[in-house]
Amino acid sequence: MGSLTGLNTLALIAEASAQAESPPLGLIAGLTVFVLAIFVGFEIITKIPPTLHTPLMSGSNAISGITLVGAVLAAGADHGPFACFLGMVAVAMATINVVGGFLVTNRMLEMFRRK
Amino acid sequence: MATRTTIIALAYLISAVLFILGIKGLTHPKTAVRGNLLGAMGMLVAVVVTLVSQEIVGYWMIVLGLAVGATVGGVLAVKIEMTAMPQMVALLNGFGGGASVLVAWSELIVKANAYGVALEKNSEALPDYGTLVAGLLAGLIGAVTFWGSLVAFAKLQEFKSFKKPFDYPAKQAINAGLGVVVILLMVIGIMTPGSVAPYFFLVVVASVLGVTLVNPIGGADMPVVIALLNSYSGLAATATGFVLNNTVLIIAGSLVGASGVILTQIMCKAMNRSLVHVLFGVMEASEGSATADEVYGGRVKSTSAEEAAMLFDSASRVVIVPGYGLAVAQAQHAVRDLTNLLESKGIVVEFAIHPVAGRMPGHMNVLLAEAEIPYEQLKEMDEINPSFAQTDVTLVIGANDVVNPVARTDPKSPIAGMPILDVDKSRTVIVIKRSLSPGFAGIPNPLFAADNTLMFFGDGKKAVLDLLAALKE
Repeated sequence: MGSLTGLNTLALIAEASAQAESPPLGLIAGLTVFVLAIFVGFEIITKIPPTLHTPLMSGSNAISGITLVGAVLAAGADHGPFACFLGMVAVAMATINVVGGFLVTNRMLEMFRRK
Repeated sequence: MATRTTIIALAYLISAVLFILGIKGLTHPKTAVRGNLLGAMGMLVAVVVTLVSQEIVGYWMIVLGLAVGATVGGVLAVKIEMTAMPQMVALLNGFGGGASVLVAWSELIVKANAYGVALEKNSEALPDYGTLVAGLLAGLIGAVTFWGSLVAFAKLQEFKSFKKPFDYPAKQAINAGLGVVVILLMVIGIMTPGSVAPYFFLVVVASVLGVTLVNPIGGADMPVVIALLNSYSGLAATATGFVLNNTVLIIAGSLVGASGVILTQIMCKAMNRSLVHVLFGVMEASEGSATADEVYGGRVKSTSAEEAAMLFDSASRVVIVPGYGLAVAQAQHAVRDLTNLLESKGIVVEFAIHPVAGRMPGHMNVLLAEAEIPYEQLKEMDEINPSFAQTDVTLVIGANDVVNPVARTDPKSPIAGMPILDVDKSRTVIVIKRSLSPGFAGIPNPLFAADNTLMFFGDGKKAVLDLLAALKE
């Protein structure tokens, strides 16, 4: 129940921040999301059994590759060739993180499921 | 166009929820595969909606980056050995951190130019300080993560020149100096919002700091470093989220940050070391502890495969304690065969897993899962410790400090108070080990000289195979 309420709160705040136009409110909403997400993270992750800690690391690692979203924006936007080049290298690095992370986690978890 | 922005924002929300549900799936081995898939779907949703956002005008750079990244990541994920998992995670962490550095850099160039234009129109225009601070933080954390992870990778991969830390004088003073320079560059960066130069220098200094921070750390402290770098890569993504004012980056990054911090705490507690001690390479000197001669002097009994097999034959309960030595010897499959053989004789076999066994949290569990040993058979320290007194034979394979009873008995020892597996309480202990050399803590282990202990010297895999052959006769 606790984490569900947390999810709902997160959802509301994420929507609020998406609609926020002025930068200061965006920053405050961002901070709010940040703090609440950390609480949600602590709630769920403390429940993960030690036997799955390695897949947790590689899986959460893949999720931290979410920078890929920023990288795609940087590589595709019309901000000059250098900013674009930085974006392209960032896309490559983040994709290694994402694809490698999810695949290797899947490989490990399949081993746990076998029996 | 407002509707498109709203749809994208809502799609980001969906992907954030998928990430949370994905991690929640990891709370049980049965739901974990689905959890990981949910996380991957969250990522797919986020990337696809980003591709249709109106800011994107060119696709070639994106496609090129995606193709290179997917190929390298895919090959790595399929080829990597399970024993090499810690290196893999270190490397992936590094790439995530590196990507954050570049994204923040690119965004700061745009913001600096926009600020220049705004100044021409209105000489009193204010820069976006929130973005600026977040950008500098993303550069700092990202660069430390990238270079720190590369050094950790080189150490774990056991590259020759990384076997020992590079030695140079006044390590802590140099780190402190670099820390001061970092703060100065942050301040300069905030005061000159129209220039990206401070960001560039900040990344350079942070890169050096990443190397000098991880360089002195080694051995049993590696799991802590990997967990901590994992947390940093999440925080770098969060900071990038603040730069782009993008909630999905903030949420995903915070989840990973929290996960890394929790794992770091667990590891530190399991080694009875504080994070500060790990980070600054402090290892208490073992003054006043007994020397190897005093502990072992003529009391160590070695055994053979045949003798050990006889002990197993008359046992009804066996506990196997795997350590990193098992991973190095790639003995997990041989251990599985041994387990099956013992079980076919009606013997109960369980595995005792110490939280810091192996080189990253949960490493032993993955290796044993690879050898198809059911996870129900793997017991955590607190669960199995009370049962050692009812255990006939405990087989220790390549573990040392985590079974050293000195942690309980000698308050002066460097591992005093560290939670250990109480294997010495079982009727007979058989230790498979190459020699009597000390573990990471650098102290002798009285377990090896105990009356109920037999040493079976040799390579982990070969010893287990010999044992198997003797048992079959």
